[in-house]
This record gives sequence, C-alpha cells and structure tokens, in this order.
Amino acid sequence: MKFLKNIYFRLGLVSALFTLAVLIVLPKIDIKINNSILRLDSAIGGYNINWFGGRIAKDISDFKMGLDIEGGIRIVMQADMSKIQDSEKEKALDSAKEIISRRINYLGVSEPNISTSKINDDYRIVVELPGVTAVSEAVSLIGKTAQLRFKKLDPKLDWTEEKFFEYFQQPSSWVDTGIIGADLKGVDVVVDNSGNIKNQGRPQIQLRFTNEGREKFSSLAKENVGRPIALFLDDSDFPLSTPVISSDLANGVVNDPVISGNFDMQTAKNLSIQLRAGALPIPVTLLQQETLGATLGNDSIHRSFFAGLVGLFIVFIFLVYKYKGLGLLAGLSLIFYTILVLAIFKVIPVVLTLPGIAGFILSVGMATDANILIFERYKEELFWGKKKEEALELGFERAWNSIKDSNMSSLITCFILFQLGTGPVRGFALTLAIGILVSLFSSIFFVRTLIKAFKQS
Amino acid sequence: MNILKYKIGYLIFSLIVLIPGIVSLLVFGLNLSIDFAGGSLVKYSVPKEVVADVISSVYKGNDVVLEGVSKENDTTVVIRTKPLDVHLNSKINDELKKVNKDISQVSFETVGPVVGKETTKNAFVSLFWASLGILLYIAYAFRNIPSPYSSLKFGASAIIAMLHDAFLVLGIFSILGHFAHVEVDALFITAVLTVIGFSVHDTIVVFDRIRENLNKLPKSWQFETIANYSLVETLNRSLATSLTVIFTLLALYILGGSSIKNFVLALLIGIVSGAYSSIFTATPILVLWESKKTRK
Repeated sequence: MKFLKNIYFRLGLVSALFTLAVLIVLPKIDIKINNSILRLDSAIGGYNINWFGGRIAKDISDFKMGLDIEGGIRIVMQADMSKIQDSEKEKALDSAKEIISRRINYLGVSEPNISTSKINDDYRIVVELPGVTAVSEAVSLIGKTAQLRFKKLDPKLDWTEEKFFEYFQQPSSWVDTGIIGADLKGVDVVVDNSGNIKNQGRPQIQLRFTNEGREKFSSLAKENVGRPIALFLDDSDFPLSTPVISSDLANGVVNDPVISGNFDMQTAKNLSIQLRAGALPIPVTLLQQETLGATLGNDSIHRSFFAGLVGLFIVFIFLVYKYKGLGLLAGLSLIFYTILVLAIFKVIPVVLTLPGIAGFILSVGMATDANILIFERYKEELFWGKKKEEALELGFERAWNSIKDSNMSSLITCFILFQLGTGPVRGFALTLAIGILVSLFSSIFFVRTLIKAFKQS
Repeated sequence: MNILKYKIGYLIFSLIVLIPGIVSLLVFGLNLSIDFAGGSLVKYSVPKEVVADVISSVYKGNDVVLEGVSKENDTTVVIRTKPLDVHLNSKINDELKKVNKDISQVSFETVGPVVGKETTKNAFVSLFWASLGILLYIAYAFRNIPSPYSSLKFGASAIIAMLHDAFLVLGIFSILGHFAHVEVDALFITAVLTVIGFSVHDTIVVFDRIRENLNKLPKSWQFETIANYSLVETLNRSLATSLTVIFTLLALYILGGSSIKNFVLALLIGIVSGAYSSIFTATPILVLWESKKTRK
C-alpha cells in the first residue's frame, strides 16, 4: 500500500471524496444565467441518477425523513402465520409487504417506508406513511387480506388475439371460476427445461396447487384450451396475468402448471411475488398506530438542527482555542466528516429520525475525541523531549490503540442495538455506527494528510 | 497529583449518589410513558380559554376511562386513555368540534401493550448482550498485559462503571418521574444505551494508558502508582473530550426542540457520570482489585 503514503495521492483522494460528498448532499439548486456574455440554464445537486438505461439508478434528490420529523402515520400490522407452512413463512411475509406497498402506491404516498420484522415468533409489517393523515382510510386499505382469483373469459365471448386488449381493459369480460388463492400451495420461479429449444432456460412461473385445487384447475383447463384465463388480485380491475391455456393441458393437469411468456428474471420474480401474496394470504391485524403531527416534528427538527450547528461551532472554537493550528485542522476535519456522513445517509438511504440525529451528534463527539487523543499525545511526546515532527508521528501512532479499542466497543454496542432493537433504536445504532466508521477515517486520514501537506509546502 | 489517594472516598460518594435513585427505582419505579404502558395518547390544540375539563367530559360522555388529563401549556391539552380505536376517536373529534370549533387534534397515538412489554424486554436483553460483548472485547484487547494482572478484571471494572452510569440515569429519572412527572419513553432507552456506549468508550481510553504504562514504567512501581500516573497523564484528554460532548449536548438542551429535551437531559446526566466514572469509579475498583499483587 505504498501509494497510500504518497501525499499527492492522499490529497487527491481527500478532495475527490469531498467533492463527491458535497455534490451528493446538495439539494437541487437551479443555475440560471442570462446575460450578454453567458447563457446557462442548468441545475446542480439533488440528482436523480439513471444511467445505462436504468441499470444504475439511485434517487438522491432528498434525505429520507422519518415520521417523527416529517409527520404522518405509522401502522404496525401483526401477520397471522398460523396457516402458513414454516418453509413458506419468510416468502409469504415478503409477499404481504409487496402487496401492501402496491396498495400504498394507489394512495399516492411519495415515500412510504415499509419494513418487515420478526420478533420471536411474531411476524410484523411496519408501514410508515409520511405526510398522510387519514388513518382509517390507510388502515382499512392496508389491513385487507390479499385475495387472488382465477377468472375465465366469459364463454359467450369469442377469443382472438386481436381482441385481447379490449378484454383486458373490460373487467366484465371475465367470470369467476371459484378457484382462489387458497387453492395454491405456493408460487415459484422456475427455469424452463421442457426441451423446447425456443424457451430453454427462460424463467417461468410455476403454480403449485393443492390436490383439491389441481382438480378444480384441471377441469377449468379442459374447458378452456386455447382460451385465456385471468389472475386478479384484490379488487383490481386489471388482471396481473392472462395466460392462455396451452393444448398440453387438454387432458387435464398432472404436474404443477407453469405460466411461460416473455419474462426476464426480474419480471418473473415480481409477478411471482404478487401471485404468492394472493396464494398465501396472511390476515393482518392492527397492532399499533400512531399519528404524528408534522408541525410538531418540524418545529423540533429545525430547532434541533440549529442547536446541533451551534454545538458544532462551539466545539470548533474550543478546539482552535486549545490546540491552535492543529485544532483548526481538527475543526476542518469535523466539517469534512459531517458532509461525508450526510452523503452516506443520503445514498444508503438512512431514514433520518430524531434518535438517528442524536446518534450522529454522539458520533461527532467521538470523532472529536479521536483528534483530542492524538493532539494530547503529541503534546506529551513534545513534553518528553521529542522533536516536533517525531512527536506528531508518535501522537498518531500511539493514540491509535486507544482510538481503536474505544471505538470498537462502541461498534459492538451499535451492532447489538441494531440486532435486538426496534424502530428508532435501530436508526440510532445505524447512524452511530456509520458515524464512528467515518470518524476513524476523517480524524486520522484527513487530518494526517493535511498536516503532511502543510509540512511539505 | 495523587488522584487515587481518596479512592475509597470516591466509591462511597458514588454509592451516596446512587442509593436514593435505586431506592426510588425499587419503590416508585419509572414513570413509564405510553410506549411502555400501552394506551392512547391524544393531544389537542385548544384556544386559551378552554379548560381541560371540557375535553375530558366529552370523553366521559363516550364511556372512555381516562388515565390522565393535563393542560401542558396554554394551548395544548393531553389526554391519556386505555387503547382507543380510530372510529371512536373520530367520533369524539366531531363532538369536540361541536363544543368549540377551534379545538383541533394535534396527534393521536395508540400503542398496544404488547409492543410496550417487548420494548422493555429488548432493552434489557440488549443491555445484557452489550455488556457481555464489551467484556469479552476488553478481555481480548487487553490480553497482552503482564501477569499477574488479569484483562478480565479490566473488562469487569469497565462494566461496573458502565452499570454505575446506567443506574444513575435510571435512578435520577425515577426520582424525576415521581416528583416532577417526567416520563420515560422509548427514546429514553436510546439515551441509556448511548450512555453505556460512551461510558465504556471513555473508560477504555484510561485503561489503555494503564496497559501501556504497565509495560513501560519501572517494575518496582505499585499498580496503584501506575494507575494514578496514567490518570494524570490522560486527565487533559478526559476533560477536553467530556467538555466537547457536554457543549454539544448543552446546546441541544437549551436550543433544541421540546420533543428531545428529556432525551438530551438523560444523555447529559449519563455523559457527565460516564466521564466521572472512568476516573473515579472504574480505576479505583480496578486498583482495589489488582493492588495486592506486584509484578514478577
């Protein structure tokens, strides 16, 4: 790692990271210049990255704010897993979550936070809807059990492929068959290895029926060879999928039937998740709901943010007063550190809550501690008669032990909190852990680089 | 400077400070908020002239048992009840609007008691595992100290100091809860856990110096002398670090939003205690434990 010793490389790395972090953190700022010399209509910051046709996509236009800051509703649902086999539970929970986010999209909430959690044998879905205040509407929408229905094309209607779109849009063209989600054991994505060259290796969706379900489906298939069936979820007007019964099924269904089509892995997976939600319906019950007023949070966040800035400023003054030039470097590293951490919060993204911000502020304290340890050690080494340069080297070297051990113990605490804690406690642990890791980098690498750079110039 | 001269005195002082809080914890417990107890917490914004009874009478008219009604300030009334469902809440809101159209609901929280129990249980479980994890880490990180000293004793002393800080915060909040109606909410758990993290962080820095000096200073020196020497050496750093954190927290306490006031107060108490305990609790305990031995 010799290049790490090269001062130009280090300076370059620090500046590149800083620039990148600033670009990420900046909110969108419009730049409009229109005069005789220069014409510019552009914007900087608040990027919504979408490169290579969506292969690399990341929306970093805004910080994700938690409910306590933005206000809104938090709903905790308990999932009733009593009818689900053990092996299917995780999948079923994911599907239930997926289906809830689909419904929330209908609500038009901009940034819902939906997460699942498993505490002992309890499976839960936590939904946070920033900016929403209609609790009962949200609860009734989210609390519904997903229901999958198999429908067939009305026997009175003729089937030609040209008419597909017309039927697709017309809910009344489909009639119930009596086959529902409960007739399925599960839904999986499988790879086609039927020997058909054209489809070899393509993903397909396999419907695993119960014995009773297979009989029902079998008779449905026999009646409808060459005609489409439609799979409806909830009360949606449009089917999720409209496979056409192939001629292989004319004599009934022996194996688990598959839906094949022009799927890639991702679309197949998405469809299977949605179908599974209907196939493994989990009734959810309301466990907890909270409505938080936005003004309450807003006032609190603005004041706390301001207070945090004041705190940082006092620390800055204190460092400069106590350690002079070195203190100034430490102060600069605090700014570098703050911007770096905020950038990471935006990219991951970390949902910012009040405890989360508290964790961040504590990590600022710990970052400062690392610098203080180094500078105090430097002073001691000077006191013991070392030359300035040597003392500085030794300061970094010998303080490292304390810095490492004290921060490791904090990281262990964070890890345990993150594993065992719920909701806000997790947010706190996450921001503290990110803060500690970045602080180790900034208080050592950044400060040391600047010191070296000053010495050389 | 002989800091450790009064080591027994510091420990007695710690006990004197801790005992009232612990007695209060045992007798009164903590004033648990809705996060733990379960129930509904409803806040109303009201015109100045409206008294809290106006609101509570509407609740009583709907056969809701109230656990607490208070007017927090001129324009805020807080109601605590057993868990309230959404429909009843909106019905009550409609009735309140009829009484006075300027009464509006600011927030409505319902927490099932299951969550409450779990939050508490999680906190204790986390505390236990965090202690064990830190103990093991210190035992590992300090494994190279010269015999006959034991790295486990370093770890255990750090944990005792940590519990000292945690129970000081718990005790003071128990007293505040009983006499000043300060509630303990889920954020409080975060505060206690932060204090634990900081406490150990601070203690390790002192212990690290003792570890270094054990290998460096003359063999004829007593453990106590070495510990004292290390304390004096790290005193500047201990003060500087505690001051920076305390500055930040004071700024947050004085200028920050009201919803985090209690949280910051708990942190302040805990961090002052954490800085104190590294020097005046953890080190004296370690010295009392190790001082009977001399190095070979």
